[in-house]
Amino acid sequence: MDNKNGASTLMRKTLMALTGLFLCFFLVIHLLGNLQLLLPAEQAKQSFNGYSQLLSGNIFIKIISYVLYASIIIHCLDALVITLKNNKTAGKYVVDNRGKASKWYSRNMGILGTLILIFLVFHFKDFWYQYKFGSLPKDENGHKDLYAIVIAAYQDWWYVLFYVLSMFALGYHLLHGFYSAARSLGLYHPKYVSWVRVFGTGYSYIITIGFAIIPVYIYLTQHVLWN
Amino acid sequence: MKLYLKIWRQSDAASEGKLVDYELDNVIPHMSFLEMMDTLNEQLILKGDRPVEFDHDCREGICGQCGMMINGQAHGPIANLTTCQLHMREFKDGDTIYVEPFRAVAFPIKRDLRVDRSAFDRIIMAGGFVSVNTGQAPEANGIPITHEQAESAFDSAACIGCGACVATCKNSSAALFTSAKISHLAKLPQGKMESRKRVLSMVKQMDDENFGHCSNTEACEVECPQQISVLNIARMNWEYSLSSVLKK
Repeated sequence: MDNKNGASTLMRKTLMALTGLFLCFFLVIHLLGNLQLLLPAEQAKQSFNGYSQLLSGNIFIKIISYVLYASIIIHCLDALVITLKNNKTAGKYVVDNRGKASKWYSRNMGILGTLILIFLVFHFKDFWYQYKFGSLPKDENGHKDLYAIVIAAYQDWWYVLFYVLSMFALGYHLLHGFYSAARSLGLYHPKYVSWVRVFGTGYSYIITIGFAIIPVYIYLTQHVLWN
Repeated sequence: MKLYLKIWRQSDAASEGKLVDYELDNVIPHMSFLEMMDTLNEQLILKGDRPVEFDHDCREGICGQCGMMINGQAHGPIANLTTCQLHMREFKDGDTIYVEPFRAVAFPIKRDLRVDRSAFDRIIMAGGFVSVNTGQAPEANGIPITHEQAESAFDSAACIGCGACVATCKNSSAALFTSAKISHLAKLPQGKMESRKRVLSMVKQMDDENFGHCSNTEACEVECPQQISVLNIARMNWEYSLSSVLKK
């Protein structure tokens, strides 16, 4: 491997781990905010719009958001560099049954990551871009009515399905990614390694189910029941 | 038993290789995989053909020489085994068996199933040793270490350098091999003194040899004949980050 740029294979993986763990932390905050959507409709609207307003006006949140954008971009670019280099070093077999020795999702993080990236493009376009640059109606408190945008988005079953499937891609990505990050950062004490594995599995389940349940809940309560 | 073999034949590093079909009768289930290969070679020699070349030495599962990809798995279908310790009873009469060399860009094929694993030697040469001359064997209790420390260091030192970790890794990463060598020395007081310098130079050599990144799939631990733990890789990562940060 050419080492002209000074980055070693281990440094690239450390960078993946650090950016990945920051994104893991962000997902928790994001999920906690989104859980407000599970409140009764009127209360959810007040609470969610108020929360969005609070976040958008806070300078501390603004700084964190730039770290977030940077993490997403660095995580993707680093993954691209790692994958391209790995393709150059990997041996190719005529008959290949090596998959029996490891989990499918641990070998396909690139594909899972690409699926998540495609999801993010739509996710940013439909909510982030709308909130920042779109002309949103105001609710009775004078807050931008992001809640209305969310409800409108989840009226189509295929859109809900796209969200749920994307969350499963995310879930498998996290299932490998969380403990893999701990490994790349050098956690080698057997006791804590097994703790991290259990924690990472629980974390992945909670994030996946937590995010997947929201569009399904909105579709069932605000679409199916009304029509 | 009768077997249908499809074996990778390649006359040298520069030429193209291909799978060649062979039929082999009277294979005894108690034969080791290498004895089966010997039987095939005996027939090839009697026919005046060039025998299939493969690496082997002790045939006791401790030297790490015999490495083959059998039906697309390093050292065959059984986990944590060398090829010489794999027996024909694991296969059925009439089976078709694919035999390929260990493949990685860092392990160029020399001929047939024989690959050049000297990249491993160069990783060791980059720092996998204690650089002071110790003279005669010292008094055993001169440097006190606990039983647990000794066992743990020996678990890492048990790596026989067969290359199955690289062969089974989707990226052909040598992380398990390199980390086992780094850890075994880092776990003992004699080796610990140079551990900062050692990890940096051995990892650099590993990268220079064109091994890939470690994706933490843990396939290497499953195929490793010595069950070297992937926690060695974690230790290497930790030592490497620490050494990079503290480097003067």
